[in-house]
Amino acid sequence: MIRRVILFAIAFFVWCLLTWVPDIQHIIVGIFAALLVAILTGDLFIKRPHVLKHPLRYWYFFAHYLPVFLWQVIKANLDVAYRVLHPALPINPGIVKVKTTLKSDTALTFLANSITLTPGTLTVDIDPEKSVLYIHWIDVKSKDTEIATKIIVERFEKILKKIFD
Amino acid sequence: MSSTIGIIFISVGLAFDVLGCLGLVRLPDVYNRLQAATKCVTLGTCSILLGTFLIVGCTAAGMKAFLCIIFLMLTSPVAAHAIARGAHRAGVKLWDRSVVDKYKADKEGEI
Repeated sequence: MIRRVILFAIAFFVWCLLTWVPDIQHIIVGIFAALLVAILTGDLFIKRPHVLKHPLRYWYFFAHYLPVFLWQVIKANLDVAYRVLHPALPINPGIVKVKTTLKSDTALTFLANSITLTPGTLTVDIDPEKSVLYIHWIDVKSKDTEIATKIIVERFEKILKKIFD
Repeated sequence: MSSTIGIIFISVGLAFDVLGCLGLVRLPDVYNRLQAATKCVTLGTCSILLGTFLIVGCTAAGMKAFLCIIFLMLTSPVAAHAIARGAHRAGVKLWDRSVVDKYKADKEGEI
């Protein structure tokens, strides 16, 4: 039940932003649309709604995760720009395997997304049972699982563990 | 003032989008091309949308641009992940000068 209420609130908020500036007609239609979404897809939404209650998690998300993430995104772009513009095309690609200690689906999704948007790495597949991620790395520095884990995953894993687990 | 900053953001975004397209042409295989496509095009398009948001302010168009940034950040890596996984499962080969393919070694005979 609580999942559906949260999903309703989020859907209604997004609806209000989409139909900015709000007026009474849009709000009435929005309530019904958000209600329909909440009833139909409430089961697919987050599995552990109690996680949303802790203010400390929001603090870690906005103050620790977002700055690191945005900085990595900018670095990733400059990195790709350098590789593309270099006449000799300095790439050394391959798919490596890394391990993770994160368990929940949301945390794994965020980890995979963060890895995809950080310099030179792209998540190809996740195996949640073995806690393994397969990463396409544009410039392979090490074929060893442990060292690759240290370079790629650890930076985000520490923060995401505090937010989602 | 804010429209000047907005135009700067749009120019930077366009530059990164062009670089991303250049990467699509120059890089050798599906996976390397996806790298260029996701990274440059995500930040490039996000900058263009942010520039639009700064120029038009909190109007109907500005709010939609702002929402688009959030959805783009969430969905573009997922799309890249799906394409990469699908390509690998369908048997698309890595570039012949790739150094290692642990995924192929682990998934041998599973498909």
